[in-house]
Parts: sequence; structure tokens; C-alpha cells
Amino acid sequence: MSAIPVRETLPMVDEPLRPQRSRTAARAIDLLMRSLVPVVLALVAGGILLVILGRDPIQFYSDIWHGGVQQGSWQDSAMRMAPLLLIAIGLIFVFRANIWNLGYDGQFLLGAAVLSGLGPSLVTHVPLWLAMTILFLVAACVGAAWTLVPAGLKAVYETNEIITTLMMSFIGVGVANILVKGPFQDPTVNIPQTKVLPLDKMLPAIPGTRIHCGVLVAVFAALVAYYVLTRTSFGLRIQVLGANPRAARHVGVQVRKLIVSSFLVSGALIGAAAAADILGVWGYSRANWNPAYGDTVIPFVFLARLNPLAVVPFIAFYAVLSTGGDLAAQNANLPTDFMLVLVALILLFMTLIEFVGRRRELGQSYLPEGLREVFRKPLMKRRPVGSQEAA
Amino acid sequence: MSSIFHQTVLTALISGGIVAGVPLMLTAIGETISERAGVLNLGLEGMMLVGAYVGFIGAYYGHSSWIGFALGAIGGMIACSFMIVLCVWLGLDQIVVGIAITLAGEGITSVLQQAQFGTSYPRLGAMAEVHIPLLHKIPVVGPAVFEQHLLVYLGVALVFVLVWVFRHTNVGLNLRAAGEKPEALDAAGVGVIGTRSYAVLCTGALAGIGGAYLSIIGAGVFTPFMTQGQGYMAIVICMLARGRPAWVLVASFLFGICLSITTALQLAGINISTDLVNMLPFIAIMVALVLFGRRSYLPPALAIPYVRGAR
Repeated sequence: MSAIPVRETLPMVDEPLRPQRSRTAARAIDLLMRSLVPVVLALVAGGILLVILGRDPIQFYSDIWHGGVQQGSWQDSAMRMAPLLLIAIGLIFVFRANIWNLGYDGQFLLGAAVLSGLGPSLVTHVPLWLAMTILFLVAACVGAAWTLVPAGLKAVYETNEIITTLMMSFIGVGVANILVKGPFQDPTVNIPQTKVLPLDKMLPAIPGTRIHCGVLVAVFAALVAYYVLTRTSFGLRIQVLGANPRAARHVGVQVRKLIVSSFLVSGALIGAAAAADILGVWGYSRANWNPAYGDTVIPFVFLARLNPLAVVPFIAFYAVLSTGGDLAAQNANLPTDFMLVLVALILLFMTLIEFVGRRRELGQSYLPEGLREVFRKPLMKRRPVGSQEAA
Repeated sequence: MSSIFHQTVLTALISGGIVAGVPLMLTAIGETISERAGVLNLGLEGMMLVGAYVGFIGAYYGHSSWIGFALGAIGGMIACSFMIVLCVWLGLDQIVVGIAITLAGEGITSVLQQAQFGTSYPRLGAMAEVHIPLLHKIPVVGPAVFEQHLLVYLGVALVFVLVWVFRHTNVGLNLRAAGEKPEALDAAGVGVIGTRSYAVLCTGALAGIGGAYLSIIGAGVFTPFMTQGQGYMAIVICMLARGRPAWVLVASFLFGICLSITTALQLAGINISTDLVNMLPFIAIMVALVLFGRRSYLPPALAIPYVRGAR
């Protein structure tokens, strides 16, 4: 194809003519726009959907603001951030390596079940700080262990990890339920749930607030992840693996080892998310409990461009949205699953905006060639464009 | 233990396996079509749910399961039209869009169900079954296999039609080429985008019908999140079957039996934890993947958007 190289060189010719600073500024604005516009569009589309359902969108969104930020409920939102942020970082580690760990539910719930089964007896025997550390580590180990099978299959046989992690996730949810209903069930109550941690044996609050210090752990993890992913050779190897596995093998990266280790890190962080949520907020696990944090985190991980620091504000935004959304959905007489629709809309608009942006960068039309033809001459019988060159 | 092999138990096991296996089979067949054409459709779960909801509404107000199936197919097609526009036409990431469709399907059906019926879950009556003459009198197998809804037989017939289409027709050749080597298809003068579009449209329709079967005949009721991962199971079945429709048929009924084993065991008077039983199909899949996974085959151009002239 002769047309393609011309397109690719055009912006390069253009580059030296522009002053350096305005280019970085423009790039920053462009990034910001690309991240914010999908969210705004999704909220607008969600509002239209609300109107169609006969609800008042302005009331709905102001309820979200009310229930997520005002009157101290920002503290609930902040606490909601802890598990979401840890899961997000866990996902960033594997997504950067272009590995799809979609088994977060199983890893999260299994970690939660094991730690809330062990927790109540552990906190009575050892000092609080030690117990909390041990429980965090236990949950992390459980989460990591649950990724071993998909990681091994991917590393050795290149089995598609989307499928294996999903399957392991379903199995993990089942095992977690069996654990909560069986060995870990509190014998004193009829409902299938584990023993409840006493209030003074949970993660301590940050002085002056109700916010537990698991949030600090999550933010700290984000900082460490940023350092590891951008400033160490491990991070670079992950990036190379994600960009091109064959190139990674070629430059001497031990691909199998790296696949397994990035899976383990991801599982461990997701397990730690369970620890932050159980030890900080709930204090116990119930059977058939599944907050499905992972599903809703995914769009924000992408919006933040797999950057562990940039994901923090997005997660904060979603934490407000989901905390306030509980109240807003209740007031509007909608199931809280409406939030899933909003998240899906964000994902769809994000891919669309990304597409438009990439096209603009390349100086191309916003529509692919074939499709442009469809719009230009809808009824003509089309001949493939440039097929003689392709030969 | 001999009670397991009692006639009624076996009949319940087989017929339960068929009832649970048919939605899997229809959906997996749909996924086979689009995977062979090179589109990885992770939105099956959402398409099934949309089909289940719309189909249920159709059967509930139209008082006919066929209206339900037709609407279910249309609902599935509408859900997958996002996939067509975004992934096939614009070439966006199929995994991300698939996840989005699943999430949207889960959310929107739950919202609509509550908007429509509040917290009540109306039930449909039993649907008419076809009794195939003579054959349905065979003990054990007869009442299980030959007294099902007509759609079951149509679905099985569809599998064999598809085997024929893939093997002996131009359409099948085009579909396979779109997944194996889209450049070659393009060079031969057949549009890759168009081929993939109708492949995905078929997937949506079949997943919608599968979902509708689940709500209209399988459960007789629509509940939010009722597919419980069956869309993903369909993807796995399709991968294990390596894109061959006849194997999809066998695999789906095996998984259907895994899904329905709880009720059969309860009939036999054996009580084991439903959690354990619900895990069975997934454990079976993992074992199958560990044993045979290394030989699983995927079309080389799967999940790669086609851009003419790109390398």
C-alpha cells in the first residue's frame, strides 16, 4: 500500500516546527479530554436513559452527590475506594503485560472467605497490628494462589487466560460459599456467615475520621506500583511483554516466568483488596455475597491508561458514584444494577473517543475507508478500494 | 446407591441435561460462527440476558413461546449490533466492547425487569411439547429426548445444517477465510467487514434465542443475572470444540447434564451442597482445558480487527 507510509510520516515532518512546550501542553489537554469526555458522555446518556424510564435525571445525580459526598458520606466513599483501588492496581499489573485476568471475583471472594474465617480467632491470640498484617498476607496469598492454574496454563500451553481465569473465578466463588457455609460458619447464628470481628479488632481508623487505614494501604500500593511499573526493570519487562511477546522473548525476557509473576502480583493485590474491605468495613463474610468490584473497576483502569497514579482520581469518582448511587437508586426506585449500565456506557464511549483520537493523531478521517464509502455512496455496488495495490 | 439408576432419575437427568444444554448449544453455535469469522464475542452473556428478558416479555404478553423466541432473537441482534458497529466496522478492541455489552446487558435487563414488574417475578405456564410418535414410548430415553419443545429439534437440526454450510458452501468458506486469513478473502473480492458483520449478527440472534429458551422454557421466569456465566461457558465449549459444530452439540449436552445433576440427585434422595454441584461444569472445563487445552485451536485472525492494507 502506498498511501499508508505517507500518512505516517506527515506528523513527523510537522513536529520540529511546533514549540516544545505547547506540544506537551496540548498533549496533556488531549489526554485529559480523552479521559473525561467519555465519563461526561456516559453520564449524559445515562440521564437520557433515566428520562426514558420516567425518572428525573437531575434528581438522580444530585442524590448521588448527596449520598456520596455531603454530610460526611465522603468518608464512606473514601472507604469504598480501598478495595476498588487495590483491585485496579492488580488489574493494571496484568493488563500492562496484555494478560487478561478476569478472575477477580473468585480471587477476591476466596481471599475474603479465608481471612474472615481465620480472623476472629487470630485477633484474640496475637496483637492487633500483627494479626492485621498476617490477615492481609493470608488474603494476598490466597488471591495469588488462585491465579496459579491460569498462569501456568498460559505460560506453558498458551491457553487463553480469559477463559481460564473466568472458570477459576466461578470455581472460586463456589469454594468461598462452601467455606462460609461449612467450616467457617458461625455456629451461633442461623444465617450462613462467618463470625463477626469485634469492632475494636478491625483496621483502626485514621484519627479524626471514620476512615479505616486500609485506604492508606491502597494509596501506598498505588505509589509503589507506579514506581515498580515505571522505574524498575520488572516494570519495563512487563511493558515489553505487553507490547509484543515475540519481541520480549527476542530480547531475552523470560516470558513464562514473567507471565506467572505478573499473575501472582495481580492476584495478591486483589486478595489484599478483600482484606481491606473485610477488615475495614464488613468484619465478616456472608454466603452468596459478591460486590463485583472488579467489573466496575475495569473502565476506569483503561481511562487512566493503565497508570496506577492516574487511576486514583477515577476510582475516587467511581467510589462517590457507587456510594451515592445506592441512595439515588433507592430514591428513584431502580435496582442498583443501574450503575452497571453507567459503567458499560463509560466503556463504550471510551473506546469510541479513543478511536476518534487515534484517527485524529494519524491525520485520518474518523471513519475507516470502507465505511466512508458506504456513507458516500450508500446504494452503489462497491469495489474493494486499492485491491490492485494489495496484490 | 442403586437408586441413582432408577428410571425416573435417569429420565430427569437426561431431560434436564437437554433443557440446560440447549441454551448453551444455541449460544455456543453462535459463538462458533463468529469465532470462525474472526470475532471474539465476549458479550454473549449480555446478549443472552437481553434475549432472555425480551423473549420472556414476548412470551408473557404474546402468549406464545414462538413470539418469545422471535423477540429474543431480535433482542440479541440489537445487543450485538453494538459489537458489529464498534468492533467490526470501526475496529475497536473486541474484549473491551464485549465486557461492556455484558455489563450493559446485566444492568439494563435488571433495571427493566424492576421497572416492569417491580419485585414480583411472574411465571409462564408450561409450553407445548412435541411428542414424536413411537419414539417417545422408549423407556427412559423416550420421555427425556422425544418429548421436548420443537425448538430443541430445530436447534439440533441447525447444528447439522451448519456443519454442511461450513464444509460445502461458499458462505462457509468465506466465514472461515474471514477468521483464518482475511487478507485472502479481501483479495478474492469478498468484503471482510460484511462477512464478519453477518456472522456476528447470527451470533446475536442465536444467543438471544438461547437466552429466550432459558427464560421461557428452562425457568419459566425471568430473574436478573439468570444466565449465571452460561455465556462464558458457551465460549469455552466453542473453544473446546475447536470450531466444529458437531462437537459443540456433544459438549453442550455434557455440560447441560452437569448443570442439571442437582435436581436429578435430589430426586434420587442424595443431598449434596448445591455450591459444589454448581462448580462441577466449571471444574469439568478446567480439567478439560488442562488435559486437552494444549491442542485447542483458535483462528489466527481472532480478535484482530481487519484493516485493509495493514500489516
